[in-house]
Amino acid sequence: MLKLSWKFLIAKPLNTALNILLLALGLAIFTVLILVQDQFENKMTKDAKGIDLVIGAKGSPLQLILSSIYHIDFPTGNINLEEAIRVSKNRLIKKVIPLGLGDNFEGFRIVGTNQDYLELYQADFQAGEAWEKPFEVVLGNEVAKDLQLKIDDTFMGAHGIGSSSHDHDENVYKVTGVLEEMDNVIDHLILTGMESVWYTHDENQDPEKLEKSVAKSGFPETDEEREITALLVQYNNPMAAIQLPRFVNSRSSLQAASPAFEITRLFELLGVGIALIQGLAIVIIIIAGLGIFIALYNSLKERKYDLAVMRTIGASKGQVFLHILLEGVILTFLGAMVGIAIGHLFMIVLVLSNEQGAISGFTADVFLVEELWIIGYAVIVGILASLIPAWQAYQTNIAEQLTK
Amino acid sequence: MLLTKNIRFHYNESNQFSIDDLSLTSGDELLILGKSGSGKTTMLNILGGLLPPSRGEVIVNGVPIYELEGAELDKFRGENIGIVFQKPHLLKPLTVEENIKLANYFVGNETSNAVQELLRDLGMEDKGNAKTYTLSEGEAQRVSIARALANRPKVILADEPTASLDDENAQLVIQLLQIQSRKLNALLVIVTHDQRVKDHIANHIIMGE
Repeated sequence: MLKLSWKFLIAKPLNTALNILLLALGLAIFTVLILVQDQFENKMTKDAKGIDLVIGAKGSPLQLILSSIYHIDFPTGNINLEEAIRVSKNRLIKKVIPLGLGDNFEGFRIVGTNQDYLELYQADFQAGEAWEKPFEVVLGNEVAKDLQLKIDDTFMGAHGIGSSSHDHDENVYKVTGVLEEMDNVIDHLILTGMESVWYTHDENQDPEKLEKSVAKSGFPETDEEREITALLVQYNNPMAAIQLPRFVNSRSSLQAASPAFEITRLFELLGVGIALIQGLAIVIIIIAGLGIFIALYNSLKERKYDLAVMRTIGASKGQVFLHILLEGVILTFLGAMVGIAIGHLFMIVLVLSNEQGAISGFTADVFLVEELWIIGYAVIVGILASLIPAWQAYQTNIAEQLTK
Repeated sequence: MLLTKNIRFHYNESNQFSIDDLSLTSGDELLILGKSGSGKTTMLNILGGLLPPSRGEVIVNGVPIYELEGAELDKFRGENIGIVFQKPHLLKPLTVEENIKLANYFVGNETSNAVQELLRDLGMEDKGNAKTYTLSEGEAQRVSIARALANRPKVILADEPTASLDDENAQLVIQLLQIQSRKLNALLVIVTHDQRVKDHIANHIIMGE
């Protein structure tokens, strides 16, 4: 029966291909949306795990979150170290991790921090160990792979977050460790002590300082006027979620932003766009369904005779009904398969062309349960589109048809 | 065998006709002659289980066929009655062999070597995999006969099987129908207005008089 319907379909290859392609296009959009949404939410939640609050310079709270957790946007500015230390002494705070941003190497961000940052993401070393002195760095897995850097290799950082403006040619960074692939934001970062970021921007450098060990936890000790970019904060108890942001925002020149809150807001903003694209995909799918309906309906006129002949050689009404229905279902099933394939192909292209952007770390190499739903929906479209033609085939009067 | 009793049929009030009772047994051959519009095709459709009569009974092999319901009748027709039409009406997407096998498939009777034998009897053993549109009219009609015979029917009905064929093919088709129905020990009913057929079959009835 399947074979019979299939033979009838490939007897009209262009029509069949067009219908499959149209449906596949609509479903491919859905596939990409599902894949991106799933991985985006996944990534967003994973990267923000363990961070309850981010404190930084005044500005857009979303920007603060994006720049200091996900390392995609530009920082809002710098904050005074002393003020940061004062705020972090609040009894509601369990732990703070300072961040110093502003430099990059070949587009990968150099992040000045302490070793708690490694612990936050439970990063394991693939080779080497953590930094001990200024200008020693640990590379995220992707960075090492992409730039082909090994332990003891050296490089010079450049000023700026993305594209470099000028090189900091006084100081040379040295690789002391490479991390395992963690599948989170840390894969794309170059980590070093906070001191490295400070010293590299100093006009006159004191060679003595460069030999001292850096702070492994908390803030580095210094008697100079220093700045940091942001603080990642862990709460001591749930009450902090209510009190701390208000305390920071009102009483200091600092700003506090909650990742959970800002990410929800971001999803809401993106939701409008996603809904729009989904709407477009639904329209395409409906048109594809109509296309299949019209193709079956039109071909039915010329095929009524064929169907009558099939009846005279023993086919029942039910078999004829099934024959037409199967054509619709085969079409949409193939459309779904092709659509999912195109969706994944598109993801591969998207991932390959965006290694450092917001979707870095995405993969086309996953199959979600939702994709089975796509096949299910497609088959429903096929059944709906072929129901009326199949019903007409069911009701065809053989004798009347044959004597025409 | 084929029996009919008191068959009456009307499309509308002004166009009624009745059919003389028939009683045919295996091996019989019958020619139904008549002008177009005389109800020959309608009668053939009634005999073939395609069109229920207004009144009366058609009994094939002891089964009153119009007492069968839906799919039962379709299957009974597929198994016991082979019908050949004026035009071959082969299914274009399928090959010659697939067209014939389809008849086996619908009644759930998968016998592949019978197809080869049929094709050989029709002198078309090399055309099994040919597309139907590559066949000549005469060849296509022969394939449609093979399809009608695929399930070894007890009753073979042919509706103007020669009307669109030239003399040579018409003769070939009539002979084929006769030879094959004798081989199957089936009864053969041909409806036609084609004078060429008359000489081949002695037993006539004339409709519309």
